[in-house]
Amino acid sequence: MNWRAAKAIYCFEMARMWRTLAQSIASPVISTALYFVVFGAAIGSRIDQIDGISYGSFIVPGLIMMSVLTESISNASFGIYFPRFTGTIYEVLTAPVSYIEVLLGFVGAAATKSMLLGVLILSTAFFFVPLEIRHPLLMIVFLILTSVTFSLFGFIIGIWADGWEKLQIIPILIVTPLAFLGGSFYSINMLPPVWQKVSLMNPVVYLISGFRWSFYEKSDVNLGISLTMITVFLIACILIVRWMFNSGYRLRS
Amino acid sequence: MSEILSIQNLNKTYEGGFQALKNVNLFINRGEIFALLGPNGAGKTTLIGAVCGMVRPTSGQILVDGHDIVQDFRRTRELIGLVPQELSTDSFETVWDTVNFSRGLFGQPPNTDYVEATLKNLSLWDKRKNTIRTLSGGMKRRVMIAKALSHEPKVLFLDEPTAGVDVELRKDMWDQVHALQKTGVTIILTTHYIEEAEEMADRIGIISKGELILTECKSALMRKLGRKELVLDLAEPLGTLPDRLTKYKLDLNAERTAIKYEFDSTSDDNGISELVGELVRSGCSFKDIHTKQSSLEEIFIRLVKK
Ligand SMILES: Nc1ncnc2c1ncn2[C@@H]1O[C@H](COP(=O)(O)OP(=O)(O)O)[C@@H](O)[C@H]1O
Ligand SMILES: [Mg+2]
Repeated sequence: MNWRAAKAIYCFEMARMWRTLAQSIASPVISTALYFVVFGAAIGSRIDQIDGISYGSFIVPGLIMMSVLTESISNASFGIYFPRFTGTIYEVLTAPVSYIEVLLGFVGAAATKSMLLGVLILSTAFFFVPLEIRHPLLMIVFLILTSVTFSLFGFIIGIWADGWEKLQIIPILIVTPLAFLGGSFYSINMLPPVWQKVSLMNPVVYLISGFRWSFYEKSDVNLGISLTMITVFLIACILIVRWMFNSGYRLRS
Repeated sequence: MSEILSIQNLNKTYEGGFQALKNVNLFINRGEIFALLGPNGAGKTTLIGAVCGMVRPTSGQILVDGHDIVQDFRRTRELIGLVPQELSTDSFETVWDTVNFSRGLFGQPPNTDYVEATLKNLSLWDKRKNTIRTLSGGMKRRVMIAKALSHEPKVLFLDEPTAGVDVELRKDMWDQVHALQKTGVTIILTTHYIEEAEEMADRIGIISKGELILTECKSALMRKLGRKELVLDLAEPLGTLPDRLTKYKLDLNAERTAIKYEFDSTSDDNGISELVGELVRSGCSFKDIHTKQSSLEEIFIRLVKK
C-alpha cells in the first residue's frame, strides 16, 4: 500500500475544493435554502403533516440526500475526468499505485466534500424548520455510505466519459429524475398503488427512506432493505472500478 | 544485473490492429544516456509508454533493475521518472505544490531540501510560488522535469524533451541532462533531431516503423556507417573534370575551386590514393585537403530508407 500516494491525491483534490469553494459549497447550500423557502415555508404551510411530521421537516432528509447524491457524482466524475482531459492523468497512471490508492484519494476527497455539504445543509435546515434526529449514528452511517457510493459511481462516469457531454448526460438523464422521484418531497404512500410499485424500482427511494428513518423513525420501506441496497451498489461500484483499472479501460492503451 | 532496463521480445498491437512495436529487444546500461531516434510515428512514445505503464504490451517482458514491470510494478515505477511528450500540467497549483505532490504520489516521504535543490537546478526556484498557468512553455517543461525527478528516480525518460523549445533553451536542457547523468541517473530520451542524439547520447537506437533497426555506441555508429567526404581545395580554378574521373562521382563547386569526393571510411579500398594521383597527373595542385565525417542525419536517412 502506498499511503503517501493516497494522501497526496486526497490533499490535491481537497485543495481544489477550497479553491472553488463558491461552486463546491455555496451553490448547493443556496439552492437548498431556496427549497426550504418555497416548499417548506410557502407551499408547505398549506400541506398537512406527513406521517405526523410537518412538511418542512419532512423534506429535510430528502433534500440532504439529493444534494449529497448529485454533488458526489459531479465532484468525483469531474475529479477524474479533468486530468484525463488535460493529460495530467499520466502521472497517476505511471505512479506506483493500484486502484485502491487512486480510489482512496479521488473518491475519498469527493465523498468528504459531499459529507461536509450534507452537514452544512443540515445546519442550514435548523434555521428554517424544527428538526430532531433520533438516530444520529445511523444518520451518519447513511451519509457516509451514500457519499462514498455515489462518489464511486461518479468516478466510474468520469472514466467512462470521453467528452464533456457524456460527463453530463447520466447525471441529467438518470440521476436527477431518480432523485426527484425518490420521495424527497412526498411519501411513497401518497401515490396511487401502481406508482408505488414503480417507485420501488428506484434505488433512491430506499436511500431517502432509510435516511429519513434515522431522523423520524418513519419510513416508506424497510430499513434493512435500504442498507442492503446501498451496500450492494457500493460493492458493485468497487468491482467495476477494479475491473476498469486492471483492464486499463479508457485509461491505458 | 548490469543493465538497468531490459526489454525482450516486446510487441504492441493497438486496438484496431495497428502494430506499433515489432519484437523489440533493448538493453540499457546503468548510468548511460541513450537516445532513441526515429521519425514521427516510429513507435518511440509507445515504447516508453510500455515501460512506464501507460501502454499495455501485447507480449514480451520488461525488467527495470531486475524487477518485472507487471508483477513488481510498484518497485519498478518508483525507479522511473517520466517526462511525457505532451506539455500537460495542472494550472492552478503552484510549482512548489505540484512537485511535492508528485513526490508523495510516488511514495516518497517529504524532503524539502531535495525538492529545493531540484527546483534550483532547473532554475525554477524563483517561480516556486507561481501558479503553473502563469509560466511560459519552456518553464512548464521544466516543471514537468522537476516533477519527474521529485521522487529521486534511477531512470529518467524524456520523450522529445526539446520539441518546440527554442535553441537557447535546448542547449540549456542538454547541459542539465549531462549534469543529471553525473548524479548517476540513467537517461533515455527520444528525439527526431539527429543533432540532439549526436550531442547528448552515449548510445543511440534507431527505430523505424516499430522496429528497432540498430543500437550502437554513438562513436561506433558514426565510424561504422560513416561516409566521409574528402574536400580538395584547388590552387587554380579547374575548367572541366577529366573524363577519366567520372567513376569517382566528383562534385565540383560553382566557382570550380573545390572538388568533393565521398568515400566509405570503413573500406580499405577507398580510392583516395588513385584519385589524388589522377588529379596530380592532370596538372591540378591543391591549396588544402581535408576530410569530414558525415553526420548522423545522413546515416539516419540512409538507414530508414532501406
Ligand atoms: N492509442 C493508439 N491507438 C492506435 N494507434 C496508436 C495509438 N497511439 C499511437 N498509435 C500509433 O502507433 C504509431 C507509433 O506512435 P508513437 O509511439 O506515438 O510514435 P512516435 O512517438 O515515434 O512518434 C503511430 O503510427 C501512431 O499512430
Ligand atoms: Mg512520440
